[in-house]
Amino acid sequence: MIPELGHYALILALCLAIVQATVPLAGTFTRTPAWIALARPVAWGQFLFLSLAFLALVHAFLVDDFSVRYVAQHGNTLLPEIYKISAVWGAHEGSLLLWVFILGGWTVAVSLFGRHLPDAVLARVLSVMGMISIGFLLFLLMTSNPFARVFPVPAEGGELNPLLQDPGLAVHPPMLYMGYVGMSVAFAFAISALLGGKLDAAWARWSRPWTLVAWVFLTLGIALGSWWAYYELGWGGWWFWDPVENASFMPWLAGTALIHSLAVTEKRGAFKRWTVLLALLAFSLSLLGTFLVRSGVLTSVHAFASDPARGLFILMFLMVVIGGSLLLYAIRAPDISRGGGFDILSRESLLLGNNVLLVLTTALVLLGTLAPLIYDAFGWGKISVGFPWFNTMFVTFMPLLVVLMGAGPLTRWKHQDPAMLARRLKLALLISIGGGIITALPWLSGSLAAGFAVALSLWLLTTLFASLRQRLQHKPGLRGLVQDFNSRGGRSYYGMLLAHLGVAVFIIGVTFVSQFDIEEDVRMSPGQEYQMGDYRFRFEGAKTVDGPNYRARRGTLRVFRGEREVALLHPEKRTYTVQTRPMTEAGIEPGLLRDIYVSLGEPLGNGDWSLRLYYKPMVRWIWLGCLFMAAGGGLAASDPRYRQLLRRSRRSGDLPAAAQGAGSHA
Amino acid sequence: MRATRKKRLYLVLLMVVGIGVAVGFALNAFNQNLMFFYSPSEVAAGKAPAAHAFRLGGLVTEGSVQRQANGLTVRFDVTDNAKTVTVEYTGILPDLFREGQGIVAHGQLRSDGVFVADEVLAKHDENYMPPEVAKALEEAHEEGKASMPPGKTTP
Repeated sequence: MIPELGHYALILALCLAIVQATVPLAGTFTRTPAWIALARPVAWGQFLFLSLAFLALVHAFLVDDFSVRYVAQHGNTLLPEIYKISAVWGAHEGSLLLWVFILGGWTVAVSLFGRHLPDAVLARVLSVMGMISIGFLLFLLMTSNPFARVFPVPAEGGELNPLLQDPGLAVHPPMLYMGYVGMSVAFAFAISALLGGKLDAAWARWSRPWTLVAWVFLTLGIALGSWWAYYELGWGGWWFWDPVENASFMPWLAGTALIHSLAVTEKRGAFKRWTVLLALLAFSLSLLGTFLVRSGVLTSVHAFASDPARGLFILMFLMVVIGGSLLLYAIRAPDISRGGGFDILSRESLLLGNNVLLVLTTALVLLGTLAPLIYDAFGWGKISVGFPWFNTMFVTFMPLLVVLMGAGPLTRWKHQDPAMLARRLKLALLISIGGGIITALPWLSGSLAAGFAVALSLWLLTTLFASLRQRLQHKPGLRGLVQDFNSRGGRSYYGMLLAHLGVAVFIIGVTFVSQFDIEEDVRMSPGQEYQMGDYRFRFEGAKTVDGPNYRARRGTLRVFRGEREVALLHPEKRTYTVQTRPMTEAGIEPGLLRDIYVSLGEPLGNGDWSLRLYYKPMVRWIWLGCLFMAAGGGLAASDPRYRQLLRRSRRSGDLPAAAQGAGSHA
Repeated sequence: MRATRKKRLYLVLLMVVGIGVAVGFALNAFNQNLMFFYSPSEVAAGKAPAAHAFRLGGLVTEGSVQRQANGLTVRFDVTDNAKTVTVEYTGILPDLFREGQGIVAHGQLRSDGVFVADEVLAKHDENYMPPEVAKALEEAHEEGKASMPPGKTTP
């Protein structure tokens, strides 16, 4: 009964989505206030029904209702409670339901926090989000109904993929989806501005905090996925340039370009057309990501064996969204007014460089990801693009971005005197080059790459420090800092500082782990010792242990440095009872400066095992850097000027004066 | 006004040249990093390059996995049900590697015709067949070479 209610709720949500997509939008053209006012209650209604549907599926998993096919495929009575819930989004149908549920959540959030927006703008934004919702609900109901029944009812479920039975992965998809779907808000703002024909700095200010929040979720989602791959797949890598990883990385790159170009549009009124285009691009890439993951067209760890009808639907949806929005752009773009001019050397031009580099790398990742499909379609052979290519591309282009990133905050808007900038940057340049050379000295690391990475990180650190000092010139001491932090635009600035610091941390992590890690596959008998680098590994054999829904062979290793024991590790090889597939659970001793990582290979007879031993210096800095970036984004999104806007407009009840003023000079 | 125009022109020129160089470099590197896929039948027909790495895919022949007594070197046969290629790999095989399972190996052909793999991939979903492998099996079957029925080819 409850699954049918869930199904019914989905159909009602679709009906409301259709109303939400059409009536308020028509109202903005015919200027009918009653129709415009319909947008918010309908959005809430839609979200209510989506929540009911989502809860119905969660309920079906919790009570092990195997008469529902999706639950029968991915649920199991033995699953721990938390994985019964995460199993809801463990496969295709449920994860789409999560997608559209999150979309409903974002829509409601926009309708609540967007009360300061002019009614017509809000109505258009909600309508566009309604259209996206229609697409996904139709997809769910037509090709992938999560509530479909199965007969005869199986006695036991097929269980969630054991790889996904992990706390990290239980939260990874919702985070990533929050980011993907959050990009739809920036998209909806862009489309509504194109529809309304009014694209000004106020528009940039409205969509900026939303884009930042979506970007924060995307950053966290990607970092979580990378961390999960590191400890769960058992081969110690943290990024594989897998098509699906790329699918989440492309919207991230485009989104990063977007938050920087939105800053220019808000502050200077420039880059308006470009910003709109980026907003369309970021969301289109999010949709493409969904398509790549769900259609199974690419060889990937994430690919599900799936039905071609689904791929076709998403492909058509993708074409409608991208084609439609580009058409609208083509019609409206000529009406968009020109922005403020700027010199060759100015913060605008450096941010333009940032955007060019980010879009270029997005295009390269897109090329590398889609090339196998293109080659196959033209009959040029079946290929894959080796990950060394992706690495080369990033090692080539990202340092340029970092150089710009350091200089940007020290450069003035509109016009910058080159001699003055050179004076400001001189010390930073000396320190970073010096630091780099010292690091690369043969008796320190002897690695050019490490020296280069240290130089880039020092460049970011010193320029950020110089920019902070310049900013606090007239606000001395800690009190000045606190005062500046709380000022209008303060959190934006400190958010930027934190996020760029995260990049410095990330560079160090990535370079050091790739330069200095040690990896060895060895065969060990119980009691045998093996020396690797500074560490001595003693294998003490493996024995069988039972988990709730699996049986494992658990190895014991003691790791010594000199005579001191530094770690006791228990890597496991699990066999899950239902899916009967082996799974490696690595034994990891984490640390800020190094991880020691061991995974079990296979039993080789006589108690011997093949083992994979790793020493991974500074690998944690990769995710630490991502956390800094995300925290910086969150800080920037919480800037008081977005809230002041809210308060002021609530008082006066119409368009905020500041936004109007900013719009008029654009 | 003219001065601004001129400046803007320089900026645009600078960008176009920069992007041009970057794209040229990227595409050149791209061509060198392309990794082609060959089925055992294609390898047997001599279509695979001798001095260049490529990917080989197919099913692991039942009963073919041999482990050397000391060390970690494994030998097994990969087949598309028409032709078979022997693969040698030193290291730890992925969890889902087993006989009868579809795999993709990455490596190079040695002069004795053995494919020396530096990486072996088996996919995480056991019902999932890498599309290249599924297609290679289908082709081998269609060409009438197959005496055995094709293996598990899920959509």
